[in-house]
Amino acid sequence: MTRSDVQLMLDVKSGDEESFGILLRKYRAPMVNFLYRMVRDAATAEDLAQEVFLRVYRARKQYSPSAKFTTWLFRIATNLALNSVRDNRHRQLDVSIDAPIEEDEAPMELPAREMRIDDYMAERDRMAFIRNAISALPEKQRVAVLLHKYEEMDYGEIARILDCSESALKSLLFRAYETLRVQLAPLVTQPVAHPPGEGRPS
Amino acid sequence: MKCEDLSKNLIAYLDRRANSAERSEVEEHLTACATCATRAEEFRKLWTVLDEVPGIEPSFAFDAKVRQRVAAEPKPRWFRWLVPQPRIAFSMALLLALCLWMAKMPVESPATIKAQDFEAIKDLGVLENYDVLTKFDALDELPSGNDTQQQTAPSDSQQNPDDGGGS
Repeated sequence: MTRSDVQLMLDVKSGDEESFGILLRKYRAPMVNFLYRMVRDAATAEDLAQEVFLRVYRARKQYSPSAKFTTWLFRIATNLALNSVRDNRHRQLDVSIDAPIEEDEAPMELPAREMRIDDYMAERDRMAFIRNAISALPEKQRVAVLLHKYEEMDYGEIARILDCSESALKSLLFRAYETLRVQLAPLVTQPVAHPPGEGRPS
Repeated sequence: MKCEDLSKNLIAYLDRRANSAERSEVEEHLTACATCATRAEEFRKLWTVLDEVPGIEPSFAFDAKVRQRVAAEPKPRWFRWLVPQPRIAFSMALLLALCLWMAKMPVESPATIKAQDFEAIKDLGVLENYDVLTKFDALDELPSGNDTQQQTAPSDSQQNPDDGGGS
C-alpha cells in the first residue's frame, strides 16, 4: 500500500528514518530542478536542495499536516532560493569589472552525436535566451511560473506558497506569461498571414 | 467579457483548469476578439517553448550528502529538557539582575518615615489645637472631681450640726 506524503512525514515525525528516505528520493529531482531554474547554478541548486531536506528533517517534530506536504516543501525551497538570489545579487555588485562574464551557469550539455556544432550552438543560444527571459521576471512572477509550468501545481497550492489569493495569483501568472510572450516574441509570435499575391514590401 | 477581464481566466482556460462557465465565457470572447485569440494562441506557443528548457538531474552523491548532513544533526537526549533554552536563560538572567539591582537600592528607616509623616501633618490646625489643649498647664490647676466632693462634704457636715443645733 502506498503511503501519502503526509503519512510518510508523520512516520518521519515518529522516528521512521526510512520514510524520510522515500520522501527524499521522490522529491530530490523536482526540488533540484526548481532551485536550478531559480538560481541558475547547478552546484548552488544542489546545496540549497540539501538544505531544504535538512530543514524538513529538523522540523519533523513540529510537523502538523495542515496543508499538503509539497506546499510546505516548496515554501521552504522558495524562501531559501529567494534569499540566495538576493545574496548573490548583492555579491555581484562587489565583483570587479574585470571579472569574466558568465554567460550561463548551466552544466555543460553534450550535443547529440547527430547534431552539428552550429546547430548545437544555436540550440544553446536558444536555451540561454529562454532562461534569461525567465530569470528577468520579478521574483514572485518567476516562482509562480516555475511552480505552474514545471511543477504543475494547482492554483490553490501556489497561492499558499506565495501567500496570496487565487485571484491575485491568476493575474500574476497572466502578467508573467504576457511579459515572457513579449520577451520571447521571436520564438512565439505568429507569422503575419499575407493574402495570396500580396508580398512583403522589399 | 472585456479584454481586461480575460487576464483572470485565460490561463485557467488554456491549462484546462477553468470550470465550464468560465470556459464558455472565454471561448465566446476569443471568437469575437481577434487580438485576444492571437494572444491565447501565442501563450500556447510560449508554453511549448518553455517546455524545451531541459532540467538537470541531481548528482549521484546527492542522497549521500543529505544523509551525511542528517547524521551530523545532534540527537535528542533524555536530559535535554534540563538544559535551559537560550531565550529562557536570558530571561532568567535578566530577572536575577533586576532583583539584585532592587536589593541594592537604599531602604528608608522607620524614623525617617515618621519624620516625613510629621512633616506632612504638623500644619493641621485640629491636631495642633489638640496638642495645645493636652499640654496646657492651666488645666492642671483646676480641681478634679474628688477634690470637689471633699471640699463640698465638710461644708455639709459643718452645716448639719448647725441645723441640728438650731432645732
